Amino acid sequence: MIPAKFDYIKASSISEAVNLLDKHGYDAKILSGGQSLLPAMKLRLNRPEIVIDIHGIPGMDTIEETGDEVIIGANCTHTQILNSEVVYKNLNIMHQAVQTLGDVQVRNRGTIGGSLAHADPSADYPAVVLACEANIEVEGKNGKRSIAATEFFEGIFTTALEDDEIITAVRFPKIAHGTYLKFYQSASRFAVVGVAVVHEGSGVKVGITGVADTPYRATEVEKAYNGNSDAAEHAVDGVEVMSDHFADSEYRAHLAKVMVKRALEA
Amino acid sequence: MNVTITVNGKTYTHDIEPRISLVQYLRETLDLTGTHIGCDTSGCGACTVSVNGEAVKSCTMLAVQADGCEVTTIEGMAQNGEMHPIQAAFKEKHGLQCGFCTPGMVMVAADILKNHPNPSEEEIRHGLKGNFCRCTGYHNIVKSIQLAAETLNE
Repeated sequence: MIPAKFDYIKASSISEAVNLLDKHGYDAKILSGGQSLLPAMKLRLNRPEIVIDIHGIPGMDTIEETGDEVIIGANCTHTQILNSEVVYKNLNIMHQAVQTLGDVQVRNRGTIGGSLAHADPSADYPAVVLACEANIEVEGKNGKRSIAATEFFEGIFTTALEDDEIITAVRFPKIAHGTYLKFYQSASRFAVVGVAVVHEGSGVKVGITGVADTPYRATEVEKAYNGNSDAAEHAVDGVEVMSDHFADSEYRAHLAKVMVKRALEA
Repeated sequence: MNVTITVNGKTYTHDIEPRISLVQYLRETLDLTGTHIGCDTSGCGACTVSVNGEAVKSCTMLAVQADGCEVTTIEGMAQNGEMHPIQAAFKEKHGLQCGFCTPGMVMVAADILKNHPNPSEEEIRHGLKGNFCRCTGYHNIVKSIQLAAETLNE
């Protein structure tokens, strides 16, 4: 399979990439690791006329620890995150999540920025950034801004990014106690259900992916929690649960409750 | 677009259309047909090669993205007519049946052993998650990689 024809431009800086995006608008796509975009282009689900490669832009592939935060550059590969001591020690929930993501080869190429921008409803990171209340750092023609993870995901493959904006980094607060658990779709390794739980004092923050067409915070679980994992019964309250050939909505809802319970007890 | 790629130690410069994948470039331009195309969408791992020392699925990387990179394919594993220890271990432990997945299995095994010189069985199986063997010969593939680890550690 060969993608439709496109022009390839390698951007050497964030501002160059932003200018190109601004100029070409909807006809352009950003390429980082390409692990979501290239298969979609080969299947002609996506046929951009311009592909802007941001791989190798200086400063976009570092993991930094600053006071009470961990900042992961958008071009960091999943393997980099998996092997990072800083992430292991200060953001172990991400370490847990990235271990479950894809496979060795996909982790070697795919990036955190690419995965978040793609916003696959079954991707792993969305649950984690929601539970951690991370901030997505973006840059566009009007400058930089920070988007709260809770405001970022708007729907299936849809985010709060404007047409001229790219993700430059993700800022996480350090997380002392967090758990990511996933029920795998056995062929693709995507999440049928993925649950991220962050403990904070006596409360919890719960992010869920794979269940609805948009990853969400299970606020009813959070309200009901009070140290009791039976709060997991509220995992899909007010949520329209997806149904597909891997898991119908009834089974998926059941899985969500089971996985949330396990994650709360972990 | 002019692209310079080093493959198995030899540097090539070619004018490549951006939409050509690395695996197509290897097979059709360089005639290195040892790297196989299976699913062509990142699922099966048959097209695994090493790019700058890391295993990647060459169906899901454009050749233009490999500009300036060092690529090793299955053809680059044997040295001076001697099979690489991983290849020798696959032969010894019957780690292949039809052989279609084998180039990808050998290349991902190299990545697994780079990161886990003394891998547990679980680490090997976890590392093989992106590679399918339609003959379902996984047990002997795992045994092959265990033997390769022993040989490489000698």
